[in-house]
Amino acid sequence: MSSKWWLVLGACGLLAFGVAACGGDDGDSSSGDGEAVSGEIRIDGSSTVAPLTSAIAEGFNAENPDVNITVGTSGTGGGFEKFCAGETDANDASEEIGEEEIAACEAGGVKYEELQVANDALTVVVNPENPVTCMTVDQLGSVWEPNSEITSWSDIEGLEPPYDESLDLYGPGSDSGTFGYFTEAVNGEEDAIRNDFNDVGEDDNATVTGVSGAPGGMGYFGYSFFKENESSLKALEIDSGSGCVAPSAETAQDGAYAPLSRPLFIYPSAEALADPAFDAFMEYYLDNVNAIAEQVGFIPLTDQQLGEQTDKLDTLIREGGGTETTG
Amino acid sequence: MPNPMAERTRLATAGAHAAVVGNLGKQPRGDVWRGNLFLALLLLAVVLALIGLIALIVQSALKGAPAFSMDLFTEGPSIVNPETAGFRPAIIGSLYLIAGVVLLIVPLGVGAAVYLEEYADGDRWWNRLIELNIQNLAAVPSIIYGILGLAFFVRGPLSLGFVVAAGSLTLALLVLPTVILAAREAIRAVPPSIRDGSLALGATQWQTIRRQVLPASIPGIVTGVILAVSRALGEAAPLLLVGAATFVTADQPNPFEGGYSAMPVQIYNYALQAQDEFKALAAAGVVVMLVVLLALNSFAIWLRNRYEQQW
Repeated sequence: MSSKWWLVLGACGLLAFGVAACGGDDGDSSSGDGEAVSGEIRIDGSSTVAPLTSAIAEGFNAENPDVNITVGTSGTGGGFEKFCAGETDANDASEEIGEEEIAACEAGGVKYEELQVANDALTVVVNPENPVTCMTVDQLGSVWEPNSEITSWSDIEGLEPPYDESLDLYGPGSDSGTFGYFTEAVNGEEDAIRNDFNDVGEDDNATVTGVSGAPGGMGYFGYSFFKENESSLKALEIDSGSGCVAPSAETAQDGAYAPLSRPLFIYPSAEALADPAFDAFMEYYLDNVNAIAEQVGFIPLTDQQLGEQTDKLDTLIREGGGTETTG
Repeated sequence: MPNPMAERTRLATAGAHAAVVGNLGKQPRGDVWRGNLFLALLLLAVVLALIGLIALIVQSALKGAPAFSMDLFTEGPSIVNPETAGFRPAIIGSLYLIAGVVLLIVPLGVGAAVYLEEYADGDRWWNRLIELNIQNLAAVPSIIYGILGLAFFVRGPLSLGFVVAAGSLTLALLVLPTVILAAREAIRAVPPSIRDGSLALGATQWQTIRRQVLPASIPGIVTGVILAVSRALGEAAPLLLVGAATFVTADQPNPFEGGYSAMPVQIYNYALQAQDEFKALAAAGVVVMLVVLLALNSFAIWLRNRYEQQW
């Protein structure tokens, strides 16, 4: 009897490990390539930037199979929390690092550098039935500001043409850099927002579903989500004082789509930049970012922007990543 | 072959029924009607539960159909080529996680259950407090265990970092109450006469537990482990907190080092993408996860049936 019992215990463990080991067979493929680097790279942060970084990681990994790269999506803020504790090598960010985060990185002894990897037009979307085509920043502010009393499209001052549907608002959660950037641009203060909107967390598809299903729906997210769902959503033009501007690759690159065009960043840590595998990854990143950006639906950097970032990275790597940096 | 016990019960019921009808005439119409209504309600409950499950499987299978291929098992995640993207690192990560969970919960869960059933004096207040708390722990939301895991396993006292071992520990805590409760039920179901017989023959309490009680309760314990593993495999929220990444390029290297992913986290990541191809992948992932779960569970069920015995 007793041997049976031990058999069961052993078998449970064996089963689970055995299956895992069988599946893991092709993981050990080592490359004999002398150029290839090896190591481990951990990246976390914005879910807006993650697809771009993941796509780059995929391409880099194909050439350097011994580098294990992980990309998480904790949101810009959630990612910085780990980054500033020294737990990740780089952080994807859909807005600039904030003051609290700078302080946290200082406290954690993490030095970092900022590199722009793409442009984005934060797109305000409404239901296609909605006749409104353009809103001013002030009108957007009156809808989204804390304690806003506006519950219907007809309550928005000076909006043309009139539209009598109740508002149904969708937006990302507070760990999201998109949330931070939008509140700052529209309400003048980061994280200031009315609290009765539908918080979709990091799941922008929920905004797509919500807004396309509600005649009075309104939401916002990165341009790539709008491009993928053009048939079921309508993007509003934004008037920041010099006429209505529609979000597009061009208006985001030249900044005409104000104040909602924004840069997307990656923040490598100085410590990581001392690792040749990580340097190789960052170089690969900037060398391929524009080609991959278009492939996965991001707005690429302009030639001038790309040149500046490449120079910045070259300097960083030449100086061994140990430069005194912002922060 | 019909269970002889059930057969005997059926015969006895039929005999009693016939005797009642013979002596007192037919049962009142209302009683018959109520009996049938009760049966109908029971069937309805079963059907509703099944409809939910079937709807989920059918919907996932339909939505995921464009993505079905062996790539799902053999390929890694991809943003550039969604057509050939798969779940390999996530499947391996999940299996490692589950292996760790099983290794932790079987000894801990069975140990706690044996203590509570065989040794603890249920009249003492501290034992009652322990019991109450185990039952309460089963109802704590999984995200809370994620926060706990982040504070105690990833950072803090253990400082393991964002590795598989930390994920396994967190999930093990999450499902431990399920195993303890199931193992206690199984141990309690062993007839006292077995214990008395063993003790009367001069066996010590340890020998009685090891040779009689535990072997007899294996089927019940395995059932508890099946439930626990099923829950642990499907949990995404606590894993996101303890560092399962949404995109990993390499397979799981080592449970104590290196980033990892897991099935539910990978599905979540695909579901977050804007492109339709990824929505199909996410749905296909649900089916893949069910396949993995069924494979694990069918082994456990085979094991359980092997040790099933009747008194």
